[in-house]
Amino acid sequence: MTTVLERRARGRRVRLERPELLAPAGSLEKLKFAVHYGADAVYIGGQKYGLRSAADNFTFEEMREGVEFASRYGAKVFVATNIYAHNEDIEGLEDYLRNLQDVGIAAIIVADPLIVETAKRVAPKLEIHLSTQQSTMNWQAVQFWKDEGVERVVLAREASMAEIDEIKRHVDVEIEVFIHGAMCSSYSGRCVLSNHFTDRDSNRGGCCQSCRWKYDLFAGGTAAEGPIARDVPVFDEGDDPFMMSAKDLCMIEHIPDLIESGVDSFKIEGRMKSVHYVATVVNAYRQAIDAYFDDPERYELKREWLEEIYKAANRPVNTGFFYDEPGHEEHIFGPEDKAVQFDFVGLVTDYDADTGIATVQQRNYFKPGQEVEFFGPDGTHFKQIVEHLWDENGAELSAARHPLQPIRLKTAAPVKPFDMMRKRTGPKQ
Amino acid sequence: MNKPELLIPAGSAEQMAAYAEAGADALLVGDKRYGLRLPGDVPAEALRRAVPEAHKAGVKVYAALNHIMDNDTVRTLPDYVKELAAAGVDAVVYGDPAVLAAVKAHAPQLALHWNAEMTSTNWATASFWGRKGATRVVAARELNLEELAEMASRLKGVMEVEVQVHGMTNIYHSKRKLLHNYTEHLGRPSEGQSYNPERGLYLVEQERPTERFPIYEDESGTHVMSSDDICMLENLPELMDAGIASFKIESVLKSAEYNIAALRSYRACIDAYCTDPAGFTFDQTWLETIQALQPSDRELSYGFFYKEQVY
Repeated sequence: MTTVLERRARGRRVRLERPELLAPAGSLEKLKFAVHYGADAVYIGGQKYGLRSAADNFTFEEMREGVEFASRYGAKVFVATNIYAHNEDIEGLEDYLRNLQDVGIAAIIVADPLIVETAKRVAPKLEIHLSTQQSTMNWQAVQFWKDEGVERVVLAREASMAEIDEIKRHVDVEIEVFIHGAMCSSYSGRCVLSNHFTDRDSNRGGCCQSCRWKYDLFAGGTAAEGPIARDVPVFDEGDDPFMMSAKDLCMIEHIPDLIESGVDSFKIEGRMKSVHYVATVVNAYRQAIDAYFDDPERYELKREWLEEIYKAANRPVNTGFFYDEPGHEEHIFGPEDKAVQFDFVGLVTDYDADTGIATVQQRNYFKPGQEVEFFGPDGTHFKQIVEHLWDENGAELSAARHPLQPIRLKTAAPVKPFDMMRKRTGPKQ
Repeated sequence: MNKPELLIPAGSAEQMAAYAEAGADALLVGDKRYGLRLPGDVPAEALRRAVPEAHKAGVKVYAALNHIMDNDTVRTLPDYVKELAAAGVDAVVYGDPAVLAAVKAHAPQLALHWNAEMTSTNWATASFWGRKGATRVVAARELNLEELAEMASRLKGVMEVEVQVHGMTNIYHSKRKLLHNYTEHLGRPSEGQSYNPERGLYLVEQERPTERFPIYEDESGTHVMSSDDICMLENLPELMDAGIASFKIESVLKSAEYNIAALRSYRACIDAYCTDPAGFTFDQTWLETIQALQPSDRELSYGFFYKEQVY
């Protein structure tokens, strides 16, 4: 990144470079939105070797198109090849990595040393980022991976701010941390619940999120205590069930701390999340990071960034392990409140400044009389009541009900392609 | 045929002696600051007496340093590995590269066994750690027999393969104190509550009422264990033919009586097969002595040895 700032952070003089904002892109469309909304880099999954076998993963052709699109913004594309391979996965790996290099992928995110070594041998232009799946949380291990030729280490989500500081002081290698999104409640990679419940291999992309299922907790007691003490429920009728479900991570309120820690890349989780989610979250963090570098002394958290994030959030959020060990309020027990308050209803594809009429691609149901909100990466942000709707031929519509149909409507302010239109969910208006 | 080793974790000097007597060839011990899910603590000072005792009986002693290490623990690693070496420990079991670095710098005489729990899944990665100095890979319990056989054959002459053949496995490890958290969520005091293995806590997933998953908390977080116990006793010859070098019986959350019975059965089976593979017949009483002590709510299973998983 280009912007460099000299300042005193935590009692020491440091040179702060603008960190990379790294966003997930589960599809080519999401990649385009992530980049357009301000990501410096995106990470995607290919057809093999990734941990989201259910995601809409990229073909090499789509990767090429994604790399080309991102390069217009100066953004990079990384590919997650973060499985723990089994013997049978070894065949085909060399060709796969060569192809990634050929289509212009900048880096691969790797957990298994087998893939680290193979990439260095057959695709040396690919940077290697050690995945959080390695659960790296000490400087000695970071040093080990640096010596192995890894360009970047994605730390374990369990590392605290103080531990990150210490790692940065000891080793000169790029450090990436997760700043937003869903979290494994286990140490990454140290969970085979899915294997046991469903015969799906969690460390090869088969995770079925058994940690978010409902469990009853019993105390069996010891054999010595005899049968009376056995099998006592550790809950009462009507109590919430036990779950291993972590709230989502959200560090929007702590951007200065993160920047001053010297972390090189801020990662947002969510290759399975919607285009609306990715655009909204990237937009908020982009603005916060830029605001800090514009004027660190007068930086203030803006309420609207928080509000924006809550419009996309799927779950309640917290700060994970950054400041303290997560307590009972950092976990979800019982029914999960659906926190999402907004639906993505339309995507701006065109705008006629003379008539003030926008063309919007329909993404969900909306109709005249409803309040909608437009937002975009370059400051577009306003609400309005939908008035008339027309189709492409000018015929008036009573509602936008056909998926992807181009719809025309008058907007209260100018909009641009890639701007989005969302609508509050809840009781029908 | 090289006779495979029979290995068991021991939680005290007394257990070390009892398990050696029952037929173990090697004992895994450790300190909870460095080792995960041990049946008890055997501090380095205690090893100064216990290791020579074990060696006299022809039994090896390995130290578990398989925790995911933080900066604070890394600072203390050099002293700890020096103490282990001074006590005469034969090998260190590690997953975190920080341990590898500490052993190479401060106690190079210690052998290294690479054990990354669920993530030791292929022979090529094992061989990577082999080139870094490990002489053994502890294979993930989620591999099947074909995968293990290929691993052993690919690593033949280079690295030994250790496989768990009996007992429960860890299926989830979190740094979070989830049992404390749950109690507090229910509005009850968590202070003074015990969440240790002795309390016998277990989870029942609401759709699977017959399976009980033990759960406990310790300094390293929350551990969930499998609802079944692996038992490969009847099929041990297949594993011996595959060239597996070490068979581990997991002793955690089991009584010493149970573990001793398991050791005796596996000892007898290994000895009988190695003495005369062609004339070997399986003695049902080996299995029956284990079944007699098997908790009624825990099935004896083949784990993942004969399964194909999807993803």
